[in-house]
Amino acid sequence: MNIEVSNFVDNLYYMGIGMLGIFIVIGLIIAVTMILNAVTSPKKKNND
Amino acid sequence: MEILYENLLNLDWKMVVMWLIGAVLIFLAIKKDMEPTLLLPLGFGTILVNLPLSGAVTQVVDGVEQEGALTTLFNAGISNELFPLILFIGIGAMIDFGPLLSNPKLMLFGAAAQFGIFFTLCAASVFFDIKDAASIAIIGAADGPTSIVVAQKLNSNYLGAIMVAAYSYMALVPMIQPPVIKLLTTKKERLIRMEYVSKPVSKITKILFPIIITVIAGLIAPASVSLIGFLMFGNLIRECGVLDSLAETAQKVLANLITIFLGITIASQMRAEEFLKKETLLILGLGLFAFVFDTAGGVIFAKVINLFAKKKINPMIGAAGISAFPMSGRVVHKLARSEDPENFLLMQATGVNVSGQIASVIAGGMILNFFG
Repeated sequence: MNIEVSNFVDNLYYMGIGMLGIFIVIGLIIAVTMILNAVTSPKKKNND
Repeated sequence: MEILYENLLNLDWKMVVMWLIGAVLIFLAIKKDMEPTLLLPLGFGTILVNLPLSGAVTQVVDGVEQEGALTTLFNAGISNELFPLILFIGIGAMIDFGPLLSNPKLMLFGAAAQFGIFFTLCAASVFFDIKDAASIAIIGAADGPTSIVVAQKLNSNYLGAIMVAAYSYMALVPMIQPPVIKLLTTKKERLIRMEYVSKPVSKITKILFPIIITVIAGLIAPASVSLIGFLMFGNLIRECGVLDSLAETAQKVLANLITIFLGITIASQMRAEEFLKKETLLILGLGLFAFVFDTAGGVIFAKVINLFAKKKINPMIGAAGISAFPMSGRVVHKLARSEDPENFLLMQATGVNVSGQIASVIAGGMILNFFG
């Protein structure tokens, strides 16, 4: 087992891109879910 | 006469150490109720495969290879990721996405709490090659099947240690998370109350949700398709309303059957010569590191959101974004009630916890995309 401290810094790139990727996918899922909720929720009756 | 004791001569101290490790796993499962469905078969299997010339695993005896049942099971169900993926169908059938669909923004916390995976990837890469580092980092997914699939696809040399770490720390969530949460939050923050408004979610949304998630995740992280697809297939069975019998079977019989074989089959990787290495201790340490930084990622993200939000969020709910379901949600709820008995965060924390399940699978897919 070799200890390569420089690998920590080198792989920060994957940390950044990985977290960005997760937030993009989750953001899309949130957007789609909100649209689905808006489109499919029962419309409130206006009794004014 | 010699035939009765000659196998004893093949016993070495490392095997006895593994018996003790197996006994500890069985003790933790039975006495401490720590993930007993996995740790008990894993503990028993550890003893089973560390008997001298154990017939449970493939051995070469007198130059002849004798195939063992656990090796056969491993090749049939783990090396091709079949068992964990089938288990995902059962898990999907168990999950109610209702609280999440009612408040989809909670999913952001699930994303933030995957930070520990990627931070651990950087840390583990200092000691291990990148594929093993990625396999170790995924312990932070707090999700056994995802850990198995990723470690197996990346051909990790440390599958046994990764499994022990993943399942042990999932069981230890009630001990790991509270000190981290308390360290990162003030008492005032922990006392923040969050109003829960349950918005009705239509049946069509519940049906379309698993399909759409699979498509989105598959388009961006194609390697995650099998993971997310099986999870969402199970959920679709649950939500469609016409397959109640299948949903019940997936939740109970299917999940139980696979779980029985999963633990004992993974134990085939717990042989002394593969497990008793200094790397195992390092992997256990890095697994803990991943859980701590997952928790920290979720809490700190919630604190950052609070800088801009009008309605303040209790930052503890960020910690529920790790996938350990439902323990993590309960931990946050209990912690909130210990500070203020009238503060109920269970629904919000459960929503975040469920989103962690989705986000951890996506994180697994990302890791596979990078290094698979």
